[in-house]
Amino acid sequence: MSATRDWLLSDTPASRRQARWGQSYRVWLALKGNRLAMVGLWIVVILALLAVLAPVLAPYDPLEGIGGLRGARLEPPSWVHPFGTDDLSRDILSRILYGSRLTLLVVLLVAVIATPIGLAVGTAAGYFGGWVDVVLMRITDIFMAFPRLILALAFASALGPGIENAIIAIAITAWPPYARLARAETLTIRDTDYINAIRLQGASSLRILWGHVTPLCLSSAVVRVTLDMAGIILIAAGLGFLGLGAQPPQPEWGAMIAGGRRFIIDQWWVATMPGLAIFIVALGFNLLGDGLRDVLDPKARK
Amino acid sequence: MNLADPDATERRASALPAFLWKAAKLLLTVAVTFLGLLLVTFLISHVIAVDPVLAVVGDRASQATYDKMYIEMGLDRPLYEQFGIYVQKVLSGDFGKSFLTKKDVMDDIARAFPATIELATLAILIGTLFGVPLGILSAVKAGKPIDQIVRIIGLIGYSAPIFWLGLLGLLVFYAKLDWISGPGRIDIAYEYSISPGTGMLLVDSAWQGQWAAFGNAFSHIILPASLLGYNAMAYISRMTRSFMLTELAQEYVITARVKGVPEWRIIWVHALRNAAVPLVTVIAFSYGGLLEGSVLTETVFAWPGLGLYLTNSLQVADMNAVLGGTLVIGAIFVGLNLLSDLLYNVLDPRVRRRGGKP
Repeated sequence: MSATRDWLLSDTPASRRQARWGQSYRVWLALKGNRLAMVGLWIVVILALLAVLAPVLAPYDPLEGIGGLRGARLEPPSWVHPFGTDDLSRDILSRILYGSRLTLLVVLLVAVIATPIGLAVGTAAGYFGGWVDVVLMRITDIFMAFPRLILALAFASALGPGIENAIIAIAITAWPPYARLARAETLTIRDTDYINAIRLQGASSLRILWGHVTPLCLSSAVVRVTLDMAGIILIAAGLGFLGLGAQPPQPEWGAMIAGGRRFIIDQWWVATMPGLAIFIVALGFNLLGDGLRDVLDPKARK
Repeated sequence: MNLADPDATERRASALPAFLWKAAKLLLTVAVTFLGLLLVTFLISHVIAVDPVLAVVGDRASQATYDKMYIEMGLDRPLYEQFGIYVQKVLSGDFGKSFLTKKDVMDDIARAFPATIELATLAILIGTLFGVPLGILSAVKAGKPIDQIVRIIGLIGYSAPIFWLGLLGLLVFYAKLDWISGPGRIDIAYEYSISPGTGMLLVDSAWQGQWAAFGNAFSHIILPASLLGYNAMAYISRMTRSFMLTELAQEYVITARVKGVPEWRIIWVHALRNAAVPLVTVIAFSYGGLLEGSVLTETVFAWPGLGLYLTNSLQVADMNAVLGGTLVIGAIFVGLNLLSDLLYNVLDPRVRRRGGKP
C-alpha cells in the first residue's frame, strides 16, 4: 500500500502515466480533506448504487398500484410505505428508487452529448482562429443569450414531450460553456513547440485537433461538467414538472412533484418526497463540484 | 496604467471617441446576437412536431383548404425568404396569433409583462438586500464557521428546485400558518378597485393610496418574490464574498488600517465601493436569471406573468406564443447583459480611462 503511495507521490515520475496518476492522487488527497466535498461524493455514490440496485431494493413495483388503483390510495408515510403512496396507490419510495435511474440517465447522456459538441466547436474555433473563430463563437454567444431553461423549454416543446427529447433539449443548451472553455485552452496551447512539431511532421489539422489538442482540454471540460450536473438535474426536473420531460407513468422526480401538486395541502408527502430526492442529489453534486473547484482552481478559493 | 504603452496617452486624449467606438461595436454585437436569436426561434418553429398548417385549419379541412393555407403561410417559399419575412414581422412587433387565447401574441405578452417585472424586481431587491451583507460577512470572517454557514445557505439555494420550494411554502405559510395569501396576484375583492396604471399592482395601489389593496397584493407577492430572491441571493452572496476578498487583500486597505481608519469604514466604505463595480454587473446578470426562475415560480403560484403565459402555451404546443415569449425573454436577457457591460464601463474609472478596454 505504501509502496503504491510512494510511487504515486514520487517527485520524479518515470513515465507520463505515473505523473498523471500521481496528479489525480494529489487531487484526491486534497478533496478528501474537504468534509463538505466528501459528503457530496457520498451522496453521488449512494445515488449510483441506488440506481443500480433499484429492482432489489424497491419493496413494490414502481408502475403498478398496490391492490389495484384504489387499494392503498394516498396513504401517509408508515412502516409499510416509508414515503407514503400516491393517488394511484403506488409506493412512493419504490418510485423514487426507480426514478434515480432516470436522473442518472439524463445527467450521463447530457454529458456524453454536450461535451463532445462543446469540445469540437471550442477547439476548432481556438485552433483555426480568424473567421472560423468569429462565426463559431458568435453561434456560441447566441445560444448563451437565452436563459438555459427557457431555451430548453422551447426546444422540448418543439420536439414534443418525452424523456429523449428532454435530454436532447438540455444537451443543446449545455454545450456553449464547454466550447468557451475549450477555446480558451486551445488558444494557450495552439502555438506551443510540441504542436508546431507535430504540424511540421505533416499531421493534418483534424489529427492535431482530435489527437493532441482535445485530450488536453478534456480534463477541464470534465470538471466543468461535474459542476454543471446539479443544474442539469434541476432543469430536467423543471421540464418534468412542466410536463415536457418524462411522461407518466414513468417515475421521473419532477413529473412526480407535478402529479402530487393537487394534493399538496392534505397529502403533502406525494409532492414533498420526490422534491426532497431532487434537492439531496442536486446538493450532493453541488458540494462535490464546489470541492473540486477549490482543489483544482485555488484562485477561486481565496 | 502602463506608462510604457505608447498608445496610452493617445487613447486618453481621445477617450470619448474611443468610448463611442466601443459602444458602436457593442451595439453591432447585440444586433448580430439578436438576429441569431431570431434564427434560433425560426429554426425551432421548423423542427416542430406539430404541423403548423393543421394547427390553423384543423383536422377536417379539405386538401384544397390545406394547400391554400400552406401557400398563404409562406411555407412553399425557400427557407431564407421565410426567414426574411419572419424578421420583418418580428421587428414590426408581429408575433402572430396565439391559438390558445385567439389574440395577438404581442398583446398577450404586453399584458403579462408588468406582473413578471414586478415579481422579478421585488425578488432582486430581496436578493441584493440579503445577499450583499451576507457576502461581506462571509468575506470578513473567511474560513470561520459563519463563512461555512453562509456557504451552505447559498448551496441550498442552488440545489432546491424552486417549484418544490414554492409548493412547500404554500403548504406551510398559506395552508397551515395562514400568514400569507395563496396563489394569484390579488384577491378578487380588490381586483377591479385599482385603476390600471403601470400594471404593477404594488406601484399602482400605493400611488392611488389604496393601502388595503396594497397590503393584499403584498401578501400575495411576498412568498414567490422571497423564493426567487433566495435564488438570486445565493449567487449574489457568493460573488460579493469573492469580490470583497479581492479588495480586502489590496494595499489601500492596509494603508487605511495603518492610518487608523475604523474597520467598519474600511469594509463598508473603502472596499465595498470598489467591489460595487463588478457587483452591479452580477446583479444585472442575476436579474436576467430571475426571468428563468419566474417561469417555474409563476406556474406554481398562478402568477399571471410571462412565465405562466409561456407554460400555458407549452402545454398545448401553441408555438407562436411559445416562440414569442422565448424571444422576448431572450431579448431582455441580451439587453440586461448589454446594460451590465455598459454600467461596468461607466462605473469603473480604470476601464473608462483606458478607452473602454477592460
